[in-house]
Amino acid sequence: MFDEKNTETVLEVSNIEVVYNNIILVLRGVSLSVEKGGITALLGGNGAGKSTTLKSISNLLRSERGEVTKGSIAYNGDNIKDLNPADMVRRGVIQVMEGRHCFEHLTVEENLLTGAYTRKGGRAEVQESLELVYNYFPRLRERRKSLAGYTSGGEQQMTAIGRALMSVPETILLDEPSMGLAPQLVEEIFEIVKQLNEKENVSFLLAEQNTNVALKYAHKGYILESGRVVMDGPAKELRENPDVKEFYLGMSEEGRSSFKETRSYRRRKRWL
Amino acid sequence: MEILHMIFIAPFLDMVALPDLFFQGLWDGFVGGTLYALLALGFVLIFKASGVFNFSQPILMVLAALALVSFYEMGINPWISVALVLLLMYALAFGVERVILRNLVNQDGNILFMSTIGLTFVIIGAAQWIFGGVPRSMIHAELGFPVGSSEWPMFGGAVYFEHIDISAVVLASSLIAILAVFFSKTKIGRGLRAVADDHQAALSVGISLNQIWVIVWFVAGIVALVGGLFWGARSDVSFALQIIGLKALPVLIIGGFTSVPGAIIGGLIIGLGEKIFEIYWGPMMGGSVEGWFAYVIALVFLLFKPQGLFGEKIIERV
Ligand SMILES: Nc1ncnc2c1ncn2[C@@H]1O[C@H](COP(=O)(O)OP(=O)(O)OP(=O)(O)O)[C@@H](O)[C@H]1O
Ligand SMILES: [Mg+2]
Repeated sequence: MFDEKNTETVLEVSNIEVVYNNIILVLRGVSLSVEKGGITALLGGNGAGKSTTLKSISNLLRSERGEVTKGSIAYNGDNIKDLNPADMVRRGVIQVMEGRHCFEHLTVEENLLTGAYTRKGGRAEVQESLELVYNYFPRLRERRKSLAGYTSGGEQQMTAIGRALMSVPETILLDEPSMGLAPQLVEEIFEIVKQLNEKENVSFLLAEQNTNVALKYAHKGYILESGRVVMDGPAKELRENPDVKEFYLGMSEEGRSSFKETRSYRRRKRWL
Repeated sequence: MEILHMIFIAPFLDMVALPDLFFQGLWDGFVGGTLYALLALGFVLIFKASGVFNFSQPILMVLAALALVSFYEMGINPWISVALVLLLMYALAFGVERVILRNLVNQDGNILFMSTIGLTFVIIGAAQWIFGGVPRSMIHAELGFPVGSSEWPMFGGAVYFEHIDISAVVLASSLIAILAVFFSKTKIGRGLRAVADDHQAALSVGISLNQIWVIVWFVAGIVALVGGLFWGARSDVSFALQIIGLKALPVLIIGGFTSVPGAIIGGLIIGLGEKIFEIYWGPMMGGSVEGWFAYVIALVFLLFKPQGLFGEKIIERV
């Protein structure tokens, strides 16, 4: 179980700036840390820079013509600037991309096996991991022979997470697992994330728009707005924070609950 | 009336009347078809892994054949020459990845296609400069492949089997089978298909695109060597082999650009089709229909089944 007092930082992002195509400045000094064995939530609305932050860590940024122009990222104390995504996977950091990105023309099982691409071990070890994934996601076992492109959104999300697990990761960068899924399925997925965190000791950095669920499962959180961290703290505190309640959880003491009202209130507050 | 009889009836009567000749045509077509299939497979692998239509595949075949003969002429042992050609093909794959693919990644497929046209002319120039443009004969005999032919009585007549053709079929189909298994069952093959499906996701699980590209271009080089060896043995080693290599294009249009079975079936259709057509319909059309038959068939496919027989299914969930 994650012990909030006795922690060790695995990932340290210090004041990074990210630019796409050499001109579009997207992150303007983001700092955050991820503790070993914890679930860290990265919250914020559309375009806040959550995915960009994750891609800076996994080093997938470069293939999208993005670049970290300032600041640094350290994983287990090492600067990861010059590593490629495969190096990161070998070091135990793997990203589950937003929108799942399953290999459509590969079967579910083949998708999972691609997750073991960087592993050196033999067949037996990979088979063991496969069993582990199927135990966490029994539905994938049933659909193992189906082409991933023909499975449901929930199954694809499970496949994407399972595929990451196959690399035996230490840290998973999980980008919007709730996207486009029914509330019940979202809970199911987050329950599994929690179990993976507790039983398999996987640390998570979780980008989410669904603040409610994310803060329910996370140990701590960061809130990102226009490429800056505007608030951070233990998840419990964030849940209780009146601003977070208003802006991200869509509730307030005065009973302002609709999105529109919150938005207009927020706009008003900004101008003041 | 006369003409209809000539087109629709007489050829079939001929087939039945001289079954040994018909079978001879089938066999010759089959040999060509297997080699087409192999070449088409080289195209398919590169197309799948990088979305590039590799226009330089035919010239790669010429290069491999020329280099093989030239190394031998320098007095190098024939099998060491083969090894040297493989080394050359690997170096080329490595160079192409470093110089072209790596720098053009994320660019439009057309740009990459144009770059392979550029590569083609670079290779033509370099090969002519280094190895010269004079046609030479292949060194298959020196490599120990059986030469000569056997005549087997069959269908009340006889069918000739060139021994080199038998070797070609055996070697090419083994290579096709190995590639098919490599593609569908091995880790790298899976990685390759993953890259074909989703670049970004492949990167995210730690598949190195650069490594995959070198591998598929090297495979294309091996395919070029085997193709060059046997086509070179069937005619001779010259830049004209390029025309044969280009026939992989109609093969792909028929089979579908992304399909391994498509490349195989397409190759056989073209190989068998053009031979039979040449024998039975060629004379009335002034001969040498082999040169254009494949393209006409491809055109028909483009009009009626543009994705080819086995084109990748577009997955649409409902
Ligand atoms: N490849 C790219 N090239 C240029 N700009 C980009 C690129 N990717 C993202 N951006 C821009 O960077 C900003 C942050 O995008 P990012 O995807 O990181 O946001 P996000 O917080 O993940 O949003 P969402 O919740 O919608 O996924 C956006 O304004 C987006 O338009
Ligand atoms: Mg995002």
